[in-house]
Amino acid sequence: MSITREELISMYTKMLTIRRFEERAVREWASGAIPGLIHSYIGQEAVAVGVCAHLGVDDRIVSNHRGHGHCIAKGADLKRMMAEIYGKKTGYCKGKGGSMHIADFSIGMLGANGIVCAGLPIAVGAALAAQLESKDRVTVVFFGDGASNEGAFHESLNLASIWKLPIIFACENNLYGANTLIWDVVRLSSVAERARAYAIPGRVVDGNDVVEVYEAAQEAVVAARSGEGPHFLEFRTYRWRHHFEGGYFPDLRPKDEVEAWKERCPIKRFEQKLLTNGVLDRAGQEAINLQVMSRVEDAVGFAIESPFPDPEDALKGVYSE
Amino acid sequence: MREITYQQAVLEALREEFRRDEKTLYFGTNINYELRQEFGEARVRGTPISESGFVGAAVGLAGSGFRPVVDIGMATFGFVAMDQMVNQAAKITYMFGGQAKFPIVIRMTVGTGQFMAAQHSISPYPIYMNTPGLKIILPSTPRDVKGLLKTAIRDNNPVIYFEHRLLGDITGEVPEEEYTIPLGLAEVKRKGADVTVVALARMVHVALDAAAEMAKEDISLEVIDPRTLVPLDRAAIRASVAKTGRLVVVDEACATCGAAAEIISLVVEDEETYALLKSHPKRVCGPDIPIPFSPPLEQYVAPDREKLILALREVIKKSPQ
Repeated sequence: MSITREELISMYTKMLTIRRFEERAVREWASGAIPGLIHSYIGQEAVAVGVCAHLGVDDRIVSNHRGHGHCIAKGADLKRMMAEIYGKKTGYCKGKGGSMHIADFSIGMLGANGIVCAGLPIAVGAALAAQLESKDRVTVVFFGDGASNEGAFHESLNLASIWKLPIIFACENNLYGANTLIWDVVRLSSVAERARAYAIPGRVVDGNDVVEVYEAAQEAVVAARSGEGPHFLEFRTYRWRHHFEGGYFPDLRPKDEVEAWKERCPIKRFEQKLLTNGVLDRAGQEAINLQVMSRVEDAVGFAIESPFPDPEDALKGVYSE
Repeated sequence: MREITYQQAVLEALREEFRRDEKTLYFGTNINYELRQEFGEARVRGTPISESGFVGAAVGLAGSGFRPVVDIGMATFGFVAMDQMVNQAAKITYMFGGQAKFPIVIRMTVGTGQFMAAQHSISPYPIYMNTPGLKIILPSTPRDVKGLLKTAIRDNNPVIYFEHRLLGDITGEVPEEEYTIPLGLAEVKRKGADVTVVALARMVHVALDAAAEMAKEDISLEVIDPRTLVPLDRAAIRASVAKTGRLVVVDEACATCGAAAEIISLVVEDEETYALLKSHPKRVCGPDIPIPFSPPLEQYVAPDREKLILALREVIKKSPQ
């Protein structure tokens, strides 16, 4: 592995942070403490972490409805995230957005989005901004397999291609759009094949192997930074939980399929690799876990203790000054 | 004072603001040659026919510090970019808790008069009035369009600029020196004492024509042009109705849930103004039908001077002496 020990440990820590954060959010939701919906990222941690490992604070990401993992991987503050999910005044969006609309412009996280595929054109604009300013920053847009059947997907790939933009299309193919199997609605053997229609290099990557994600993303980010234009990466992965917590329709995915994917847990696989290679030992692993648990606990505590927004704040902030 | 056409005024506004701020940028499928000559292909950018893609890209650019002006052309094409206008541009300032500004100007043409049938003759601004987060300008004269468009480009919010298709060639006085017109400031286009006529876009000219006609009978109309629908100058409309005691609103758009309905509501909901009404307010709008093609059909449904005068006679006749 050409990745430094620090990077490996950092990626492991981030993946574990996402997992623990999401486990806790699911639990808090089930207890009734979190209003509305949450879309859990559990099972897909390697994608956000392996990709964002190459991004600096100046680089941009655009996220979708399943965005908690992307936020954490880009460096968002767990406390302000959890507070937002709780609908508290101290949250990233002052309680106006919630789980589906977390954004942190100060770290280049341009927002999660409740509309499938809506982030792609926005990311194209962010990438065009970098090109116009002659900056070497890149924009990564995360989206699911389902987004690839939207018109805006094709418009965005085409715009990025004709303008040769520094953008990476990161498709998290978790096989289902809610309960719709992607291969029932795409007659190709991969989503990445669609990139070819727009002269964009595309490839399929094991999204549950963070090292493979890291290497594929590195190639794409380096190319985009050096002016070679857009790249398309399709990460094969799986979400462990239903489309959302509190689903008003049942999870229809085969139980044995869900269990088989849990066997391919991206964190367990990475952990095993790190232990085998001596990058990490059991004591070190336990220390990281404790530290992560404590940060998540602090985030929940912060969210619970924070005040709700003043009701009349609802009327403020529709327009910028 | 010199006279120029409405279209020339639009071009002057764009040219002056593009010179003033290098972060401005123009998107369109049919771009202006003169602007491209002066500001280059990077800033005056021809796009594929991908409204959702390039309106979304404008959102991403705006969130990255640019000030895009997006020319959609006919308002009917705006419907294929509705997600980006309604779900994204309009809401993200609020839903992200004001973390970023989204200065975007979107131009769309509206109106009947050129026999282009149901899709190409619409005036859908009420749909956008019902979308909090957008501002809406609807200028009726060369002077107004220049001053309002300059303000719109400097505004830190998404502003939709609706241009009536028949106004492009009209001429009017436009100062040569720098000026802007604030959003939310109605203008009394003609002072009068007997009836307040609130007129939108091309109907301002129809109302002025009707006012000249009615003056022959010693009936004096006060013609008010709101100029911007969001924000709407409620105070100016109420003040005029308080003076005349009578109100007719004339607008080409469909009557139901339209700007005219809103204007009548703001008058009758206000206790003081309501108490001063001498007769029931009335609107002269397009009927709730798709605009037909054939000239006799289109002319039958579009508001004109005669229909307005008929409504005016009704509110005058019904008034207690």
